[in-house]
Amino acid sequence: MSTQVPEQTEEESSADTESQSQSAAQQARMEKKRDRAAQRDQQREAEEAEREFSEDGTYLLKVFRYDPEIAGKQEPRFDEFHVPYHTGMTVLDALMYARDEYDSSLTFRHSCRQAVCGSDALFVNGRQRLGCKTQLSDLEEPVRIEPLPHQEVVKDLVVDMEHFYDQMHAVEPYFQTNDLPEGEQLQSRENREKIKMSTRCIWCGACMSSCNIAAGDNKYLGPAAINKAYRFTMDEREGEDMKEHRMKIMEQEHGVWRCQTQFSCTEVCPKDIPLTEHIQELKREAVKNNLKFW
Amino acid sequence: MSQSYNRGLIEDFGRWKEFSAGMWAWIFHKFTGWVLVGYLFTHIAVLSTALTGAAAYTETIQTLESLLVVRILEVGLLAVAVFHILNGLRLLLVDLGVGLHAQDKSFYASLALTGAIVVASVPTFLAGVF
Ligand code: HEM
Ligand code: SF4
Ligand code: FES
Repeated sequence: MSTQVPEQTEEESSADTESQSQSAAQQARMEKKRDRAAQRDQQREAEEAEREFSEDGTYLLKVFRYDPEIAGKQEPRFDEFHVPYHTGMTVLDALMYARDEYDSSLTFRHSCRQAVCGSDALFVNGRQRLGCKTQLSDLEEPVRIEPLPHQEVVKDLVVDMEHFYDQMHAVEPYFQTNDLPEGEQLQSRENREKIKMSTRCIWCGACMSSCNIAAGDNKYLGPAAINKAYRFTMDEREGEDMKEHRMKIMEQEHGVWRCQTQFSCTEVCPKDIPLTEHIQELKREAVKNNLKFW
Repeated sequence: MSQSYNRGLIEDFGRWKEFSAGMWAWIFHKFTGWVLVGYLFTHIAVLSTALTGAAAYTETIQTLESLLVVRILEVGLLAVAVFHILNGLRLLLVDLGVGLHAQDKSFYASLALTGAIVVASVPTFLAGVF
């Protein structure tokens, strides 16, 4: 069944404190996140205590439905499900309950149920979130569940991710280098720390979906792909020539310069990757590079 | 096989209630920037009445300044300019990677400061028009 989420958040935050050389901005952000988590925990306990005695113990879900293959379902609509609540229930748990108990045609992607596979990014109460990482008790009722905005809907909560994957592949998301060493290719601790957050991406597409610019410019690489490029550009083991090659991709018309620092991607990323910070760093890197050639 | 369903504009401005601080900052910044460009043209038009002579210029200015609408528009212009400058400084800091974690707070601060300056300026701008 679902993971015990209060424990999970604690583990996550203690893992985060281990890293010493995070930037001040990131540290402050994590600090804020921890405060919020603590606050939420308290609030949740209070709410749960109340819930046990009052109400009927269910959560009301309003779920976006659409099925192009069935005549009566081609017009998008919202279906309501009353799902019995249990402590620690996530949005994904609730959806699975609705599917298993009420309507087996309800369609959505999921796999790991622990924020690792990135298949269940959804638009929940007006925000991109991972279904499996979102506690029902953190949400206001009714819980509105929609497919990710700015992507085409295939069926119910399933969106077409092809374009997102194309953008990810466009930045050559794999390690490459021209100077192969004899033995192991070791990375310095400092360098590892620098790219650590950027390696966390699970390809969920939440960031891309939240970005107004990506919505208006289909060619814009988008936060996830740029972050992926950052992960390799900043990896010192790839060497200078490869870095230059990567910067050329980043500097293209639809690369880093499209970012208008709205911070929506950073706010929704379920893996807490400081996306805007990484994009800004690549912009400064690009400026520095070009000044060199004057 | 299945054709996919495009939800159209409802995904964008239809969702304005869900916009975050950074999105509003961006929208306001573009808006104020273009209002300033627009003002530049009217500004030049008014100033160029001086080409026909000092009297024409004085008369134009006096007529304009005697209108309540113009005074109110001036307050609006100040609001737009102050916000654009303050948020512009915020954006410069963001570009330099300074204080990224406080980007939402600095947007609210720009708004609040703009509000305060505009309110404080109202007596000056409206003096003598009634
Ligand atoms: C001290 C005064 C000013 C400051 C600090 C400032 C700063 C900025 C900054 C940082 C941007 C954002 C660029 C970006 O990242 O997209 C911007 C955009 C803009 N500014 Fe200003 N600005 C100032 C005065 C003006 C004036 C006087 C005008 C009009 C004549 C103006 C018109 C614009 C316009 C139209 C844009 C939007 C450009 C676009 O569409 O990207 N600004 N300004
Ligand atoms: S950067 Fe974050 S939000 Fe974007 S795809 Fe990766 S994990 Fe998801
Ligand atoms: S099911 Fe794998 S990320 Fe949510």
